[in-house]
Amino acid sequence: MPTSPSDPSSFGPPADASSGPLADPLFDPLFDLAVIGAGPAGLAAAVTAADLGLRCVLLDGGQGTGGQYYRHPAPGLGAARPDRLHHHWSAYTGLADRLAAHERAGRAAFRGGHQVWALERTGDGFAAHVTRGPESTDRATVRSRSVLLATGAYERQLPFPGWTLPGVVTAGGAQAMLKAGLVLPGRRIVVAGSGPLLLAAASSLVTAGAEVPAVVEATAYLGYARRPGVLAGVPGKLVEGAGHGGALLRHGVRLRPRSAVVEAHGTDRVTGVTVARLDARWRPLPGTERRIDCDALAVGHGLLPQIDLATELGARTRTGPDGAVALAVDARLRTSVPGLWSAGETNGVGGADLALAEGELAAYAVAGALPEAGTLRRRSRLRAFAELMAAAHRPGPGWTGWLRPDTDVCRCEEVPVAAIREAVDDLGAGDPRTVKLLTRAGMGWCQGRMCGPAVACLAGSAPGSASGGPGPDRRPLGCPVPLSQLAAGPSPESPAS
Amino acid sequence: MRRRTPAGLVEAEPGPAHHIEFDGRPVPALPGQTIAAALWADGVLAWRTTRVGGKPRGAFCGIGSCFDCLATVDGRPNQRTCLLPAEPGTTVTTQEGHGRADLAV
Repeated sequence: MPTSPSDPSSFGPPADASSGPLADPLFDPLFDLAVIGAGPAGLAAAVTAADLGLRCVLLDGGQGTGGQYYRHPAPGLGAARPDRLHHHWSAYTGLADRLAAHERAGRAAFRGGHQVWALERTGDGFAAHVTRGPESTDRATVRSRSVLLATGAYERQLPFPGWTLPGVVTAGGAQAMLKAGLVLPGRRIVVAGSGPLLLAAASSLVTAGAEVPAVVEATAYLGYARRPGVLAGVPGKLVEGAGHGGALLRHGVRLRPRSAVVEAHGTDRVTGVTVARLDARWRPLPGTERRIDCDALAVGHGLLPQIDLATELGARTRTGPDGAVALAVDARLRTSVPGLWSAGETNGVGGADLALAEGELAAYAVAGALPEAGTLRRRSRLRAFAELMAAAHRPGPGWTGWLRPDTDVCRCEEVPVAAIREAVDDLGAGDPRTVKLLTRAGMGWCQGRMCGPAVACLAGSAPGSASGGPGPDRRPLGCPVPLSQLAAGPSPESPAS
Repeated sequence: MRRRTPAGLVEAEPGPAHHIEFDGRPVPALPGQTIAAALWADGVLAWRTTRVGGKPRGAFCGIGSCFDCLATVDGRPNQRTCLLPAEPGTTVTTQEGHGRADLAV
């Protein structure tokens, strides 16, 4: 039976207290399911779980739902056509409407501005420890019988000379700032790196008025052609790709495959880039360099699953064909931690359609109900495509050929290539953790999220190397937490440990 | 033909612009924009200098992961401007190094 929490204020105010149901069943401190992340996977999961009768709370660090993929302008910006920055926008509005209906009926609650920094096993399930708001002003603990992790991904970055210059931004960051704030980092923006996000970003940027002189992609796109059967199973993906390609053609954007930005130029901000051809292992070919003037560069090398909350509980992982560490899940999307499910990018990056399908399937699994066979088949086809895509865009080892000794690898702690090579070659460091202890690379604000893949590669522990590849990164705190909140001890609802 | 813009693309009719203060000068902001977005819209790309090299930095990841976009906001250092809304009268100061020079002895 629902009981009153000992301290209702630590739940945050209910979103709609005045018009909600008289007996608000969500004021039970123990939910059936906490979904962490309100992007495609989390939204689909929360809505489906509520459909199936689970009392569900949906948590997200952002103020609204949508995550990074469905990021959209704040209401104050008065955007009448947010769909023009999105593929299949109606999928989002449909889910948002269903969530709102569940919230009104007291079957589900969305808690925005709730950044979960740790998950803890408890006697009756899980405690999600939360720091609230962009300034981390206070904290909360949300308890649930089970947890569904839908924390998505962040971008993989590989350093190059000049990548710390203002005006060099991540491809996803350019997308995010455009979708939410309706702003561009410059007028003439080169898009570079590898992966399908580049085409989506370039397509958004040109449609929003930027000039994109080139999309510079490190692979040759040939990887996709090796498995025509997999491609045939996902016609929607081909339509989406054709849509981006069409936008780029219309705006005269040149696609440069098997090439990379090997240097960004400028003093206080980027004024141009040097692009070089790459061999099949991503080694820059001397003599192929050419300069492109620009006032911004949007760069990224695919996405990395954001799985810290699960790996800290000991969840098993797998290394995908793209070299990224993802959670290992069974056919019902269970992780190896009892009561912990995972859906979407956390299981290996595969895009929004796959995340939607997995969110729905995971909710059925948590509820102990049988999902629709069609959703299972769709998930299976999209997962196969994700593996193909991951293999096609896996970074080649030759990328280190564009580094220089003074290129900063760790942006936070300003650790150059030379310091990392010294730690590896002279001091015997063979893994990112030892490099970190010797050089501070990965020890700063971002906790190695930006430099991690590069440091692992330079330390010789990247996937495919002799040491067998990396384990998951270890981050006991999923985000920076003020010491005052840690020192305050357990929140009132947390069980005494 | 009118130049294409992000606001034009989504047919935005924002509420009236207000101002934040950046290093002592007013910068316009639209309701709902973050501090970083308002600064980009004004052509500003850097609002921090690094601790070691004193190099300029601004928004990089745009989603709160990289912490490159830190600035001093209303007197408090190390605030992620890509997440913080630009409120009327918000004061943003370029952050030098760790932003805690006041604690130096």
